[in-house]
Parts: sequence; C-alpha cells; structure tokens
Amino acid sequence: MSEEIKKLIIEYVEKEYLEEEDEQDVDENTPLISSGIVDSFSMVSLKMFLEKKFDIKIPDEKATTEAFDSVNNIMDLLKEFNVS
Amino acid sequence: MAYSNKAKDFYEDELNGMHKAGTFKEERFIESPQAANISVEYPVGSAAKEVLNFCANNYLGLSSHPEVVKAAHEGLDSRGYGMSSVRFICGTQDIHDELEKKLSEFLGTEATVLFASCMDANAGVFDVVLGKEDAMISDRLVHASIVDGMRLCKAQLYNYKHSNMDHLEEKLKETQNCRFRMIITDGVFSMDGDIAKLDKIVELGKKYDAMVMVDDSHATGFMGKNGRGTHEHCGVLGEIDIITTTLGKALGGASGGCVSGPREIVDLCRQRARPYLFSNTVPPVIITAANKVIDLISKTTDRRDKLEENTKYFREKITAAGFDIKEGVHPIVPIMLYNAKLAQDMARDMYNEGIYVIGFSFPVVAKGQARIRVQISAGHEKEHLDKAIAAFIKVGEKYKILGKGKKEIIEMYGY
Repeated sequence: MSEEIKKLIIEYVEKEYLEEEDEQDVDENTPLISSGIVDSFSMVSLKMFLEKKFDIKIPDEKATTEAFDSVNNIMDLLKEFNVS
Repeated sequence: MAYSNKAKDFYEDELNGMHKAGTFKEERFIESPQAANISVEYPVGSAAKEVLNFCANNYLGLSSHPEVVKAAHEGLDSRGYGMSSVRFICGTQDIHDELEKKLSEFLGTEATVLFASCMDANAGVFDVVLGKEDAMISDRLVHASIVDGMRLCKAQLYNYKHSNMDHLEEKLKETQNCRFRMIITDGVFSMDGDIAKLDKIVELGKKYDAMVMVDDSHATGFMGKNGRGTHEHCGVLGEIDIITTTLGKALGGASGGCVSGPREIVDLCRQRARPYLFSNTVPPVIITAANKVIDLISKTTDRRDKLEENTKYFREKITAAGFDIKEGVHPIVPIMLYNAKLAQDMARDMYNEGIYVIGFSFPVVAKGQARIRVQISAGHEKEHLDKAIAAFIKVGEKYKILGKGKKEIIEMYGY
C-alpha cells in the first residue's frame, strides 16, 4: 500500500511541478522544497492534493517545509493521519 | 529593556547565516539624483564613483526629469509637505482625486484608488473582494507582494505553472464550484522580463467566468504602443478586471501604488482595504509630480519609443556579443550565468568598469538560474549603451563565457 501511495505522490509532483523540458527525475528521497522543485508558495497545491486524496486535514503547523521536503517525509507525515 | 543577550545572539546568528550563504543584501549609498549617470559611494566610506546605472526601474528616465521635479516643487509650495492623516479623515486633496481620475483614463479602467505603495495595494485588494467561498488562481512566479496579499485573504489558493495556460485551465476546471474566481498574474515578470499571455488569460477568464487581476508595475507607462501597459501590448485593453500598479518605477519612481478597476471594487477598497485605511496619504509632492508624469506620457510616446529602441539595440548587441540572454522585448534583460558566484563576480567587475548592475541568485531566482539583470531606460543615450556593452564584452572575455550556452557555462562554473 505504502509503495502505491509513494508512486501516487511522485506522479503528482512530476505532473504538478516539473516542466516538460525538465530533465530531473523525482524519487522518494529527492529534496522537493530545499531543491527548489516546489517553492513554499506552490506547496499549497501538494497539501490540497494530499488532503483531498486521503480525506484528511493537515493543520498549518504540521504543513512545514521540512515535512514536505521529500516523498519519504510526506509519508512520515501521512502516518500521523493513519495513512500508510 | 528586555533585549537579552539570548535575543541579541539569536538575531546576530540569523545575520551571520545570511552573510555565510551570500544572501545578505548590502545597501550602496548614491550621492546624486537617480538617473543614467549616478555617483555611488561603495564600499561605504570610499570616495564617490561615477557609474552608469543599469539596475534602476527608471524605465522612462523620469525620476529626475526637470518638469517632474518642477511639478514636485509646485506641489510642495501649493499643497504643503505632509497631510498628517489617512485619506478618509482629512488626507484627501483635490490633486489626489485628479491623479486617480487620470490614472483610470490612462489605464482604461472605471476607477482608481491610490495606496502608499503597490505592495500595499496587493496586500489589501484580495481580502476586500474575495472570501472563503472563492478561489484565487495565481501564476507561480507572481511578485512577493501578491503572495503576501493572497495569504491575507481567506479565499482558497491555487496556483499554476508559470505562464502555462493548460495548467491554468486545469485549475479553472477544478474550481468550478466556487462563488467567484480570480486569475492573478504579473503583467511582466520582474526577474525574466517575460510577458504574461494576457490575451489567452482573458479568453480563459471569459470561458470559465473568472475575473482577471494583473500587477502591471513593470509595464505601466511603456508597454504597448501608447504605454498603457501589458494589456495594451497584448491587445486586451479594457478587458482586465483589476490592475494594480506603481508610481515607483516608470511613473517618476518616487512611491505610491494603486488599485484600478470597476467602481464597486475601488469603492470597497476605500472602505475596507486595511493598508489603505491605516496608511498615511501619499504626500502632495508625489501627487503633483505623478500628475505631471501622466500628462507628459499622455501627450507623446517619445519616451516609451526611445525605451523600445534602446532595448532593441542593447538586446541585439549583447546577443551578437555572445551572451546567453532571456529573449524578449522588455527592458529587463537577464544575462544568464547560472552560477551564483559567477554572477556576483561579474557584477563586481562591471562596477569596476563603471557599470552598475546587480547579480541575482537563489532564493530571488530559482537554483541554477543566477543572472545579471540589466534594466534599460529611456534616460540612457546610445553612448551609455555602447559603454555597457563594451564593458560586458571585456568582463565576459575574462570569464571566457562569450558564445557559450547554458550547458557550457554550467560545465565551466557549475550550478
């Protein structure tokens, strides 16, 4: 299950944030925020995607740039909401 | 005073971190009026040096124009220095009303309200017109003041990949159930000098019943054949719902901004926009000078035409010299260097050659996108442009980047 969730998030990140000319691949360890793929302003789309997909509400204090900085970090965050 | 050593050390560490990361912004002292030729004391304490300024937003060269300065003097003499009030108590003069009407006519809108800055206009406008049942759909590269304004608003926030109309359309489809929707973009994006696809955006706005809001700070006064802005350039004059813009760039460069659009929205801003309600009136000297600026640029397009010619000349010559620039037509000309240190080093060498330009790197631009941003002005004469081009070639040769593209520059200097 968790592998499927990872795949889903990676697919979303690639579609939502990468441009066609970007040669970069995203895996579960790729830094998202600190690498500049996702800036703190655009992070809102990812948060909204997770909330809708898994029917959860991530409070602002948990939606930190660290918590969103890689797919693995996001997986850890999702565990707190019993999504795994 | 409860300013403890603990607090002091914490703040000091923050500053040291910025120095270490190379993101600390140092201010240079200019000892002359703003113009193409300026006198700069840098480093602080050294003798002033005459340099050519290629980093001001003084697009029309009006910042120190004699007629503008004269109009400011007249404003000072006839209406005084300060108003000691916000607008709605006792801070509105006849000249404020005159400028708001002139701006509406110039921008092609119904009404206009002045703010202390465009930052304030952007900070205030969204919260006034949108609520939690609405959606803001913004380009991802909008100016920081728009980002802050959207954060102050309770409407749901969506954003689309920079200038990607397919992605914008996806977001419009996603938000069909919202009460009101607003597409939000800069007219011209300040780091790349690229122009929003306003014709397509307006078309999508109509198709999906979404309002369009444009911050035209880097366009008002010179984009479009009559200098009305990006909407004129893109052929959608009269079709933008809300325009925010500044008096702090092409329009004399002092300060002040505005929200311009339908009368109801403008009137609501007067009643509810917090930065408007709680900021002092834009001072009379700025208002009379800005009124003069609008008169000057309404009477003739000479200055914006000269800016267009200067821009074309500089872009052609610098490209022919072998620099990798972001193509376009805007007087913001980004000379791409990709590596942050290279951008800083070249900007320093350019300064030593008498050309004042600034290197930009992460976090101001994306990682690996460092550049020198050159800004052309109608205040530049051909010899100024030639001097800057010659200096760029000399410095470019030193770093062996002439004729090199992105891949080769990155191979030589890294990201």
